[in-house]
Amino acid sequence: MPPDLGSAPVPPTGPDDHVRGPEGAPLAIEYADFECPFCAALSARLAGAELRRVFRHFPIRSSHPRAWAAACAAEAAAVQGRFWEMHDLLFSDQGRLEDPHLWDRARALGLDLDRFERDRRSDEARVRVRRDFESGVRAGVVTTPAVFAAGRLYAGQIDVAALERVS
Amino acid sequence: MVQAGEPAPEFTLRREDGSEFTRADLDGRTTVLVFYPFAFSRVCTDQLNLYDEVLDELEAKGATLYGVSCDAPYSQSAFREKLGVRIKQLSDFEPKGATCRAFGAYHEGGFPQRALVVVGPDGIVKWSYQAASPSELPGANLIFDGLAAGAA
Repeated sequence: MPPDLGSAPVPPTGPDDHVRGPEGAPLAIEYADFECPFCAALSARLAGAELRRVFRHFPIRSSHPRAWAAACAAEAAAVQGRFWEMHDLLFSDQGRLEDPHLWDRARALGLDLDRFERDRRSDEARVRVRRDFESGVRAGVVTTPAVFAAGRLYAGQIDVAALERVS
Repeated sequence: MVQAGEPAPEFTLRREDGSEFTRADLDGRTTVLVFYPFAFSRVCTDQLNLYDEVLDELEAKGATLYGVSCDAPYSQSAFREKLGVRIKQLSDFEPKGATCRAFGAYHEGGFPQRALVVVGPDGIVKWSYQAASPSELPGANLIFDGLAAGAA
């Protein structure tokens, strides 16, 4: 039986979340899709922000046919401890998200390619990405990017300075 | 807007193949009607893309979801194909908006309100929701809340 997708608060940060940024900085939980140009733009704007960032997947297959493959590639990189590096490489060139482009990135990061290939096609990766997506649906995410900060949902034109101000 | 507890009104819509879809087609299963303003518009695109991702979970709950608009069936098919979504389409093209009006979901601008209606297997409306404005995209979570409310 699939999980229920009725309304629920955004889950707090857990041990297997992807987190970066200084401890103690305002928390920003992003729901994003690696093929979404607005997500790439926001990610670039967040790069220099004083925030503790949490990345969660929200791939939309129909508009972004490579979003799932990219999300699973990021999870496969995470298995080898390189999630954020892969995250940055995916967002840096959204025109190249086919399999050979994903392998190029894995090579550039020095990943074990066989392992990467196995992991990105694994049930674990798929379940993980879907779990993020479902938590976003329950919390009311409808488009990407969406950011939760101090319990509030920010979407559309997100003001990074406003995120930094919340505590 | 029709409210929970009311019987679904009589109506006639057209499927993409031009065949009629009427109130009798609601009998015996749970139906989610998604009234949306315009094929190819921005928010409607985001809405159908999002809902398409949860069709399996809806199906597991025994619910069938349809998109309803005043666009012609050919336009709806083109929209569905362009997006690459599976959501079946129902057209309220002629007489224009008659079904939307029957459900209380017609915008005076000449298009459907953005509204969600859950109808039970008994033909009774279990839950309905109208967005505050056509630019508001109701989360897919609301559909599941509506199904849960209807089952209670």
